[in-house]
Amino acid sequence: MSYFAFPRLSNQVWKVWLRNKDVFMKTYKVNFLPPFLEPLLYLFALGFGLGRYIDVIEGVSYPRFIAPALIAISVMNSAFFECTFGSYVRMYYQKTFDAIIATPLSIEEVITGELLWGATRSLIYATIMLTVIAAFGLIELPYSLLIIPFSFIAGFLFASIGMCFTAITPNISSLNYPTFLFITPMFLFSGTFFPLSLLPEPIQYFAFAALPLTHVVSIVRSLTLATLSGFLLVSFAWVVFVSFLLFVLSVNLMKKRLIA
Amino acid sequence: MVVTSKFKAGYFILFHISIQWWFVIVSVIMAEDLEKQFGEFVAVDSVSFTVEEGEVFGFLGPNGAGKTTTMKMIQCVSPKTGGKLEVFGMDVSTHQREIKKRLGVVPQENNLDPDFTVYENLMVYSRYFDIPRAKAEPIIDELLNFVQLREKKDTVIEQLSGGMKRRLILARALINTPRLLILDEPTIGLDPQARHLIWDKLKSLQSQGITIVLTTHYLEEAARLCDRLVIMDYGKILVEGKPDALVEEYVGTDIVEAENNPKVIACLEKSAASYDVVGNTIQVYTTNPQELTYALLQECELGHITARSATLEDVFLKLTGKKLRE
Repeated sequence: MSYFAFPRLSNQVWKVWLRNKDVFMKTYKVNFLPPFLEPLLYLFALGFGLGRYIDVIEGVSYPRFIAPALIAISVMNSAFFECTFGSYVRMYYQKTFDAIIATPLSIEEVITGELLWGATRSLIYATIMLTVIAAFGLIELPYSLLIIPFSFIAGFLFASIGMCFTAITPNISSLNYPTFLFITPMFLFSGTFFPLSLLPEPIQYFAFAALPLTHVVSIVRSLTLATLSGFLLVSFAWVVFVSFLLFVLSVNLMKKRLIA
Repeated sequence: MVVTSKFKAGYFILFHISIQWWFVIVSVIMAEDLEKQFGEFVAVDSVSFTVEEGEVFGFLGPNGAGKTTTMKMIQCVSPKTGGKLEVFGMDVSTHQREIKKRLGVVPQENNLDPDFTVYENLMVYSRYFDIPRAKAEPIIDELLNFVQLREKKDTVIEQLSGGMKRRLILARALINTPRLLILDEPTIGLDPQARHLIWDKLKSLQSQGITIVLTTHYLEEAARLCDRLVIMDYGKILVEGKPDALVEEYVGTDIVEAENNPKVIACLEKSAASYDVVGNTIQVYTTNPQELTYALLQECELGHITARSATLEDVFLKLTGKKLRE
């Protein structure tokens, strides 16, 4: 079995997506709270609190600088945690995947459905956050509306990253390693709360090569500030290409783990 | 007039034969030298068997005998590593989706969806089989009646008893009106009441013509339910047959149990009787318990002696040994 064999899929993947959506909607009140509250907390603490000591950063006010980063971080977190801890619980504790593959669905379709759901969660969260942040007048419209479709693509990237870790983790607590060694550094060093240009040049290159959030932040920030550049296309191509690669890899890794 | 009726009769016979032919030729499951290896370990070692339409077929064997692995290959979730395996005449390696569409599965472990209620579990499952909602609703109502869970419709899974969970899993396995039902230890961990209820349900399914394949550790269950069964050990099929016939062939109709001491053994050795030593007792296999009891009491100095009917459990232990399997 190859690690990069393209999975055979049918429209049945949406049945898995639908299952997760139904569960999500059962507790929608608590699910809609974080994307609503999170930007408020960060904006007050960092944007309007700490930000008082910062006049301008890269030509904009500090709240306007971090607003897009908050959206990008939420896109990352919602998909990543859905497809690590969420998927692991469904796979290992609830045996949901086992139950589904006893039906005409294949394991490839189950995993793809999970990833599409992870991406959808990013889209839902990004949309809610966008609304809250727009209410503060921190983003440019209508450019910022492009963030909504983009959050699905970026969400799919983080969902695939998460699923790769889920496929290889020996147990649920080991999922804390990628969380602390990969997600938390990305949260801080991807041009989120301070410009990437402050970091030494090799680290900047590293960030663009290996930290997906860097590209996502840079795209989202260009859209909220309406400052489009050619580099945007490079970042977008990077996100699409890596998403695709990790999508195929994660499905194959999962297949290896579950089909013996 | 005469010509047409003759033609009709001929056509009818031809039609009838073709149906019979189909029943005879296409077994529901056909395995030939089926093999499953996990690395070096051979879990299923070149087994051959067939399961015919409408029968209840059992797989017995100690832990690690290869029963569940065989079930998983039939369900198309674990690929075979050798031999041939066809379900409904289709190859399991190439027709997974078509086979799984016609299959109902009760797994060993409860894997109901804890995020949903009883009713939602069945509804969500019906979607995986592409059953439209309007069609699924009456089916679900009927199934909830069948497994006697109508009142629990809106209960979350967590609050169901073990027996209820098993019954719900059975209902879930029937959502696509399968022609073949696979049950991996359907009554594991259930109390006698719950177990009898499941047995009743399985009997009624059998009378509807559904083919049933099951594995079990409860030999009484196998003897009651199975038309035919195999006993597996170390990945191989040791014997195959009807439960009664197997008992008669391998242990006789009855068993006389006597206290284990060297004198009795010496005495039995002389009489050329077939016996086994089980801990503190000696089991003598026989078809004539009265005569044997009499003879043993006369010739050998026996203390305590009991005669009882032989069961499938005796066959099982005789063939697979008494050593504990972990």
